[in-house]
Amino acid sequence: MTMVETPAPRSLYTADARTKARNAAEKRFRIYGIAAVAIGLLALVVLLSSVLGSGLGAFRQSVLSLPITLDAKALDPKGHRDPAEMAKATTVTYGKLITKALEAVVIEKNLAPGMKSKQIGELISKEAPAGLRDMVLANPSLVGTTITYDVLASGRVDGFFKGRVTMESAALDSNISPEQLQLADKLRAEGMLKLAFNPGFLTNPDASELRPESAGLGVAILGSIYMMVIVLCLALPIGVAASIYLEEFAPKNRFTDLIEVNVANLAAVPSIVYGILGLAAFINFAGMPQSSPLVGALVLTLMTLPRIIIPTRAALNAVPPSIREAALGVGASKTQTIFHHVLPLAVPGILTGAIIGLAQALGETAPLLLIGMVAFVKDYPGAPPEGVLDPASAIPVQIYNWTQRADPAFVERASGAIIVLLVFLLVMNSLAVILRRKFERRW
Amino acid sequence: MNNMRLTERAVQATDTKITARKVQVHYGASHAIKDVDIDILDKTVTAFIGPSGCGKSTFLRCLNRMNDTIAICRVEGAILLDGEDIYDKKVDPVQLRARVGMVFQKPNPFPKSIYDNVAYGPKIHGLVRNKAELDEVVESALRKAALWNEVKDRLNAPGTGLSGGQQQRLCIARAVATSPEVLLMDEPCSALDPIATAQVEELIDELRANFSVVIVTHSMQQAARVSQRTAFFHLGNLVEFGETGQIFTNPRDPRTESYITGRIG
Repeated sequence: MTMVETPAPRSLYTADARTKARNAAEKRFRIYGIAAVAIGLLALVVLLSSVLGSGLGAFRQSVLSLPITLDAKALDPKGHRDPAEMAKATTVTYGKLITKALEAVVIEKNLAPGMKSKQIGELISKEAPAGLRDMVLANPSLVGTTITYDVLASGRVDGFFKGRVTMESAALDSNISPEQLQLADKLRAEGMLKLAFNPGFLTNPDASELRPESAGLGVAILGSIYMMVIVLCLALPIGVAASIYLEEFAPKNRFTDLIEVNVANLAAVPSIVYGILGLAAFINFAGMPQSSPLVGALVLTLMTLPRIIIPTRAALNAVPPSIREAALGVGASKTQTIFHHVLPLAVPGILTGAIIGLAQALGETAPLLLIGMVAFVKDYPGAPPEGVLDPASAIPVQIYNWTQRADPAFVERASGAIIVLLVFLLVMNSLAVILRRKFERRW
Repeated sequence: MNNMRLTERAVQATDTKITARKVQVHYGASHAIKDVDIDILDKTVTAFIGPSGCGKSTFLRCLNRMNDTIAICRVEGAILLDGEDIYDKKVDPVQLRARVGMVFQKPNPFPKSIYDNVAYGPKIHGLVRNKAELDEVVESALRKAALWNEVKDRLNAPGTGLSGGQQQRLCIARAVATSPEVLLMDEPCSALDPIATAQVEELIDELRANFSVVIVTHSMQQAARVSQRTAFFHLGNLVEFGETGQIFTNPRDPRTESYITGRIG
């Protein structure tokens, strides 16, 4: 054996060229890593600040506290206080009552000399009379009394307080004039008009183009919840059963390889394709109703299945073979081995996969557009189980819908809906983390 | 090696527990076990020795059909347990494994409590009728595995929290709890330190009173210490099988002699 020439001994205190190069490479890599993390964080901050900045306003709404005299002559001319009879008084009647109440205040305090009754009435949302009417019909004894009622201000007035509408823009706007805004300002100074928390944003159904102030997410949230429950009930058992069969029982042959490749491919299929499939299969072929949470949930189930199967198989696969051997070694059958030992150890992984799959389904828009969930839905779906066949909306679709509308007030609504969606996702992801912690066991 | 003790050791039992005839094992294209004939006696410790990859573990795993879980593994020939072919179509491997227990190379307790680890086998085989009986079975299994005194106060503690040697004895207790007739041990001490190894070896010697024990080991000293009969495997063949004393002191086959003197391995 020939000896390789040994280099002259060098001091440990001086780094040689190779060491320097290696250290430099490591340093560069660390910088890249930090930069990548920083870019990610920056994007998150920008996203959150823009969404929160434009969307938080949706949770606060301008309301006018007015003393309204519920005139018995107008509302219940026969005096029976029978809701069926009183229903003849339409929102127009109630609208006049509200306008009269506001006008009385304006005249009493001399806030807007010379302003016409119609113009004063335009400060109030067109949705307000309906709310008052519902309240009176539900409680006929109110008729004849004077109540203090919070009426929604119109979208333009609301926008003025939130900075969306200015005197300059009002001058060009046929829906509001600078004088009306000045009146609104004075009403605020009087303490009658204020920004208050707006529960209606979470409970109201969608509203038309002209009444952004009353548009809410109620139907969309209900629709989304219906869909998520159905998706969970269908996709989790089917997905886990399929994964267990494929991973533990299925023979390894060409056919199962083909299935495996297809499952992986299906997870990558664009979601709109599932929408077309749902339209063709569930609505056109099976004749299920359009816009219903059931059809939406079936489509989302198809979409979520591969996304549950893949992590579930990975979780099953990650259970160490020694545990299976141990169970088989004491004479457990294959099924006992899987259900007593393998599955419990795979539960954290399965739950994480399932919840992430559900979270994706919750945020999915495209397939729902195709099955008609983008329609304007004003009525709440009924209680389950029949309610899943009623038309409903979904949160992401509602966001998409609102961003299409002309009135900038809907931009605020859409951002507010994004916040709600993000909160839902955050809750689901926290749930995944908690469940993971709870079920995690070492071996 | 304590050869003095070896030659003194007598084999009392003569009943054959397991009979293997012309056993062939194929892993896909490779022929792992070739024409193995062996008779394993009851209430005896039989050691399988041989260099790595000689097929001793493979053959051991044939004895309780653990090889069934490997799709490409094919077993031919006859292996009889008390005269019944364990590879017969009518045999359910689950029933077989209740009678032929197994302890693995690496301690593999379930991630459950010590109690549940031992109780699992009796539970799934319906060996007990109530909790009191189960408690009894668990205690006696832990006593047989020489673990009772160390864990009796913490039966609900996780089995994975024990030391390596204790874990392996827990696995032995788990195997013993189903009252098997044969106990297969696949290098049970290779992951243990010398003290734990000594404890397990002592235990194996005690288990001989109730079970037929088959142990695969890489350590010839261990084979000499614990077994009454030794089988030497080489390249898938059973080269020599006989009383441990004879194998270590007076091997008939030159390959056996080379192996035990350290020339091949």
